[in-house]
Amino acid sequence: MKLHLKIWRQKDTKASGKIVSYELNDVSPDMSFLEMLDVLNEQLVSKGEDPVAFDHDCREGICGMCSLMINGQAHGPEALTTTCQLHMRKFKDGDTIVIEPFRARAFPIVKDLAVDRSAFDRVVQAGGYVSVNTGNAEDANAIPIPKENADLAMDAAACIGCGACVAACPNAAAMLFVSAKLSQFALLPQGQPERERRALRMVDQMDKEGFGNCTNHYECMASCPKGIDVENIARMNREYGFAFVKARSKP
Amino acid sequence: MASYFSSSIGRKHILAFTGLALCGFLVTHLAANLLIPFNPQAFNTYSYKLITNPLIYVAEVGLVGLFLVHVALAFWLNFENRAARPQRYVSKKNTGRGTTPSSATMVITGLVTLVFLVLHVMNIKFGAHYTVTYDGVEMRDLHRLVLEYFSSLPNVIWYVVAHVALALHTCHGFQSAFQSLGFNHPRYTACVKALGKLYAVAIAGGFAFIAIWAYGRGGV
Repeated sequence: MKLHLKIWRQKDTKASGKIVSYELNDVSPDMSFLEMLDVLNEQLVSKGEDPVAFDHDCREGICGMCSLMINGQAHGPEALTTTCQLHMRKFKDGDTIVIEPFRARAFPIVKDLAVDRSAFDRVVQAGGYVSVNTGNAEDANAIPIPKENADLAMDAAACIGCGACVAACPNAAAMLFVSAKLSQFALLPQGQPERERRALRMVDQMDKEGFGNCTNHYECMASCPKGIDVENIARMNREYGFAFVKARSKP
Repeated sequence: MASYFSSSIGRKHILAFTGLALCGFLVTHLAANLLIPFNPQAFNTYSYKLITNPLIYVAEVGLVGLFLVHVALAFWLNFENRAARPQRYVSKKNTGRGTTPSSATMVITGLVTLVFLVLHVMNIKFGAHYTVTYDGVEMRDLHRLVLEYFSSLPNVIWYVVAHVALALHTCHGFQSAFQSLGFNHPRYTACVKALGKLYAVAIAGGFAFIAIWAYGRGGV
């Protein structure tokens, strides 16, 4: 396959970037998207040019490190797939592919396509700890949890924190991520002692980081490689409202 | 309490609540307006009883308040949303499974509705004051004003265009408000979405029908 790549190049956070065109020949359809970028970088290095910086780690769709807006879509055109699991067979010979970083004020560009997503870490940190009693591990079935809640909590916990929701959202809102992190605890008995405090603090931190506000387009859910449902956002909207009332009514 | 009103979710709650309340107002407004084609006397008498009730001032202040809060919050949230992505994408494509024409145009349809509302209040509420007497009681002849206003084709076209905008706005706004207030259910959300579409078409269609009917009648 022959590809025309248009890639966002930016020296560092403060520099102004621009789209640079590259031609790539002999791309195997069996390559993953990141392997295609590896090939490009090898060529750039052999020519003495600066390779394209991009985030990646596990390359099996579970770490949440890879990102990229590929032809205007977070993680590319395939649904429920991370960039590392996107294969070049999804593209045609002679295609032009525009590759940009995830763009949001809360995700400053480090270099080229690599962005700083530590705003997500700070939101999770703001949620604080989960109370777990010390001592021996509790018996597996000591706390009965309804099957439905266990499933919903597990679905929410599938979030890998890649930031595709923010990247795809027309408003650069982080509500799908924050609501998934909040839901996985709010649905389980272990998460109850700090439930209200967690909701208030995580939402507060989310706002402080400069993410946008949700206007219910649901592009986040459509772009999420793990299929996190916007039902979680509704849960967060409820959690926050109740938490605020409870916090106010406490002496 | 200040943190609630400045938080993203708190403001979304209020935007949703005021939006739904305004949706409720539109239902009562349309219900009354539907008297226009069928019973001029009933319409004028209803209007007379409404505007001579001293509580109308309380209701009007409440309505204006709801509207101003809704508009102010929408501007505020939109301003923040734009600031949240200072550098636009060179290439951005929606998935086709999220954004709808209705959701993508909320700002523009909201602005059209805002302009419409200001003109509507000027043209009707503060418009020409005709009177009519029923059973010895003199009252404002709003029916005549409506017929007169809609005898002009540009007025009818603008009215219909504004109501297409209103339909698009409420089509997303109605179901979106439920989500913002925390209501999302695997079974009932589909009903809410369908109800939102029905609401949007019925309300905007109802108002537009009256305008077109009045134009078809060819004046007073």
